[in-house]
Amino acid sequence: MADAATPTPHAAEHAAEHPSYLAHHFAGIDQQFEAGSLGMWVFLVTEIMFFGGLFAGYAVYRHLYLPGFEAGSRLLDVRFGAANTAVLIGSSLTMALAVRAAQMNRRKALILCLILTMLLGAAFLGIKFTYEWSHDYEDHLVPGMGFSYPGPNAPAIQLFFCFYFFMTGLHALHMVIGLGIMAVLVWMAARGKFDDGYYSPIEVSGLYWHFIDIVWIFLFPLLYLVGGRY
Amino acid sequence: MSAAPGAPAAARVDYLNADYGIRSWLLTTDHKRIALLYLGTITLMFFVGGTLAVLMRLHLIDPAGALVHPDTYNKLFTMHGIIMIFFFLIPSIPAVLGNFLVPLMIGAKDLAFPKINLLSWYVFITGASLALYSLVAGGVDTGWTFYTPYSSTYSNSHVISMAIGVFITGFSSILTGLNFIVTIHKMRAPGLTWFRMPLFLWAIYGTSLIMILATPVIAITIMLVGAERILHVGIFDPALGGDPLLFQHLFWFYSHPAVYIMILPGMGVISELITCFSRKKIFGYSFVAFSSMAIAVISFLVWGHHMFVAGQSVYAALIFSLLSFLVAIPSAIKVFNWTATLYQGSISYEAPMLYALGFIGLFTMGGLTGLFLASLATDVHLSGTYFIVAHFHYIMVGGAVMAYMGGLHFWWPKITGRLYPDMWARIAAAIIFFGFNLTFFPQFMLGYLGMPRRYATYPAEFQILNVMSSAGASILGIGYLIPLIYLIWSIRYGPVAPPNPWRAKGLEWQTPSPPPTYNFETTPVVTEEAYAYGPADSAEEGAHG
Amino acid sequence: MIPHAIAAALLDAGQKWPGFELHPESASTIADGVDELHFFLTAVTLFFTFVIFTVIFYFMVRYRRKSEDEQPPETRTYLPLELTWTLVPTALCVVVFVWSSSLYFQNSRAPNAAMEIFVVGKQWMWHLQHPEGVREINELHVPVGVPVKLTMTSQDVIHDFYIPAFRVKQDVLPGRYVSIWFQATKTGRFHFFCSQYCGTGHASMIGWVEVMSPDDYAAWLAGGTRGETMLQAGERLFQQYGCATCHVADGSGRGPSLAGQFGKPQKLRDGQTLVVDEGFLRRAITQPNSMPLPNYAPVMPSFQGQLNEEQILQLIAYVKSLAGEERKTKGQ
Repeated sequence: MADAATPTPHAAEHAAEHPSYLAHHFAGIDQQFEAGSLGMWVFLVTEIMFFGGLFAGYAVYRHLYLPGFEAGSRLLDVRFGAANTAVLIGSSLTMALAVRAAQMNRRKALILCLILTMLLGAAFLGIKFTYEWSHDYEDHLVPGMGFSYPGPNAPAIQLFFCFYFFMTGLHALHMVIGLGIMAVLVWMAARGKFDDGYYSPIEVSGLYWHFIDIVWIFLFPLLYLVGGRY
Repeated sequence: MSAAPGAPAAARVDYLNADYGIRSWLLTTDHKRIALLYLGTITLMFFVGGTLAVLMRLHLIDPAGALVHPDTYNKLFTMHGIIMIFFFLIPSIPAVLGNFLVPLMIGAKDLAFPKINLLSWYVFITGASLALYSLVAGGVDTGWTFYTPYSSTYSNSHVISMAIGVFITGFSSILTGLNFIVTIHKMRAPGLTWFRMPLFLWAIYGTSLIMILATPVIAITIMLVGAERILHVGIFDPALGGDPLLFQHLFWFYSHPAVYIMILPGMGVISELITCFSRKKIFGYSFVAFSSMAIAVISFLVWGHHMFVAGQSVYAALIFSLLSFLVAIPSAIKVFNWTATLYQGSISYEAPMLYALGFIGLFTMGGLTGLFLASLATDVHLSGTYFIVAHFHYIMVGGAVMAYMGGLHFWWPKITGRLYPDMWARIAAAIIFFGFNLTFFPQFMLGYLGMPRRYATYPAEFQILNVMSSAGASILGIGYLIPLIYLIWSIRYGPVAPPNPWRAKGLEWQTPSPPPTYNFETTPVVTEEAYAYGPADSAEEGAHG
Repeated sequence: MIPHAIAAALLDAGQKWPGFELHPESASTIADGVDELHFFLTAVTLFFTFVIFTVIFYFMVRYRRKSEDEQPPETRTYLPLELTWTLVPTALCVVVFVWSSSLYFQNSRAPNAAMEIFVVGKQWMWHLQHPEGVREINELHVPVGVPVKLTMTSQDVIHDFYIPAFRVKQDVLPGRYVSIWFQATKTGRFHFFCSQYCGTGHASMIGWVEVMSPDDYAAWLAGGTRGETMLQAGERLFQQYGCATCHVADGSGRGPSLAGQFGKPQKLRDGQTLVVDEGFLRRAITQPNSMPLPNYAPVMPSFQGQLNEEQILQLIAYVKSLAGEERKTKGQ
């Protein structure tokens, strides 16, 4: 602040009325919390529109090339997809528990739940990268990286895999960012930055994490279960 | 403020002199400084885009092309479109005037997320740098519309770097819109209900809704074009199994609402200018406010009118045509309400008002020519011709740019603490108005006669109208250079501005010119409606803060 | 007719000052209808612009500020006025929408007896094929007073075929067929343009429609560069590319007989039914495995890249001509 004078009484008053986590431009902690929450919801709406474009493209091409899309879907391993779904749902549970722990001012539980969420998220990415994507690469199913499919409907299958990698890739990117956010939260929680009066970063990050989970809930059936017989 | 009573005015600390040095600017979180960072950047982009336009119009003096090879011409119109749309028009009013004014108008100290605001500027200049790089590296020649498969398979220009630049810049839009929405919802001063807000805020709010909902779709679309170009997968190229029409649907799903991102804020500015310079409350406040919302909503439902001859089904065309007519109605309501506001007013003609009045006239013409294009039978003849070019320039330049200039002049004293020379401003406004009409009116005629757009050469019978248009463009160019000169001049040599040189209503005028970093000493409490110009006016300046 | 009179007057004015035309030629049956709507919209635009400009100008003068302390009276909202200027424009818009849409609908349906010409757009020229075999580049000869249907596709990127004097325009897409129709009402030469940006030569992708009297057209056709008709070319390609090997006329080959199939519905393996039209045949030739048939193994190779768009059109012309063969095969 560009005050000409900085009297000590003001500083004391300052500390009392303005907790360290209250940003100066907000009128109060409630306004800050509500703004943060609304901000995250608005951001999630933009993410829905972002993924929505891909879903729209997927819908159009699935309609045009159903046999190819079904064939492509059957080339994915449903077991891994299902395992990932379970892992993500579990991570949403641990995230919700983390928020609860923060609300109840239980720091150890908070940190534990955040770390569990991270582990489950990492497990998701691990399954995806090591079991699914690397095998897809070996089977020449990655468009642009030596894609080749000997059977019928090859162009449609390539298109399917294009959407598959775009959609799951974009999703995985958001997961990685989510893990980064979780790491920061763990660090902040360890430093004692949260208590039952202030935990909005946890809550707001929880919203983000649940959103990523919900996107996967849509991706799994559309990509893995389309083919029918598995 | 902190200065002791009786201290000389020069000792007053405001947001401009609160801190010095490049770090204090590049790392600022003050919305007002960020607005100025944007002002500098978009002014640069405006003149780059404008230079490209001048080159285009000079080239078109001769039917065989006077200046450049067709490949170069194709790059000129592409880059002109991309730069003007993504790097000037879309950010202009929201990122400059919106960033500066939104917190002031609602009585807050800053936007909800000041650091995200700064981030949005960095994102913007990253995208802009990529765009400028693409320009100097050899340009892009796909048209700003990037239609596939030309852009994804056939073009040999710097499509990828430009696509990345536009992709990145989209996030700047999204972050700005997000900030405005949360700020307007959550940080209004006590007593400032939604229906007491200045209409500029309603316009910014509507714009922000469009920004956050539409921009992600163009981001994905650009990503898919890039993927097709790099990986040769058939998403939009029929030769590879893709559908070129899908690209057009995805592209226009964003780009039509985008044009409302460009005009809605301008309409908000006009509401402020008309009321101030006729010293009257707006006629039909809630009608204007709801019209902004209606435009924002309906804008998402009309994208197919860009595709009437593209190969879409007749039935889809019918629906889009009807909705496109309906989207014109809220704009018409606004024009009538602005005009009615002048009735029995006390009207003065400073430059901002001249821009506002020019806006109303030119926007009316531009909007009405939109009806020719919403109408299916005439659109078949006019689509892809200079009629379209004239239509959108009437709205974008005759509308949005005039509103931006009017707003810039209106709030200039608040932003800089200086007054600009109004006589020069009025002369420039008149030159711009005249030059603009001479440039673009002949283009309506060219379009009706059948001259297609994006033509580097053209049949000789179209020459006279083209020469008229080019003459107008030169005059328009001069018209824009004049404010550049006197506005910069005024920063140092202009008279010092009082807090409220226009005697305007609105919380932003309750602060000194320029305002201090934290805007208000104490949070204002709002007790009256917007534009409460009235008998109490001459004595007291409205809100109590 | 009023629009015809206005158009004629504007054209006259345009002829007096060459280079400064105000009105394009009207040379097709739909041009007057489109112009009528165009003039109406112009009148509406000028009217409302004039009204707004005048009212504003009047207010600007009448209510200009005479002193710094003058107090304008309170603004009162006036709902009837708001409703009027909401509902009147809405009504106007609905009227124009209905008028325009019915005109558009009417204009978009080709008469059944239209003579067909096939157009392939490619960077940066137009190839036009008459069924009788005459081929043109950037020129289109047609008889006056006869409905003409253009079936069009692109060899590469999206183009657009636009004949201003006929008021017709259509984007020409790669990978599919689109069509427009027109009936010329007077002889003469009229521009056509590509009006969808397509690269370097977009502005040179222009040509002339030459409308002739029916006799002159017949003479031109007869004297034109002789070669095969489209049908003959198609038949040659059918043999040359081995289509006849599988598509035996009596149905005994590995692929279905094509006799009499054009225009009929065909069920696909996945259950959907499509009509065997030009687009169907094109897709069958270029992406056969995207539409497997119920009783046939999907072994047909794709000819994408081996046949250009004009050759595909010739093959289609040949398949269309096999309609008459059906009776022969059924009888056996």
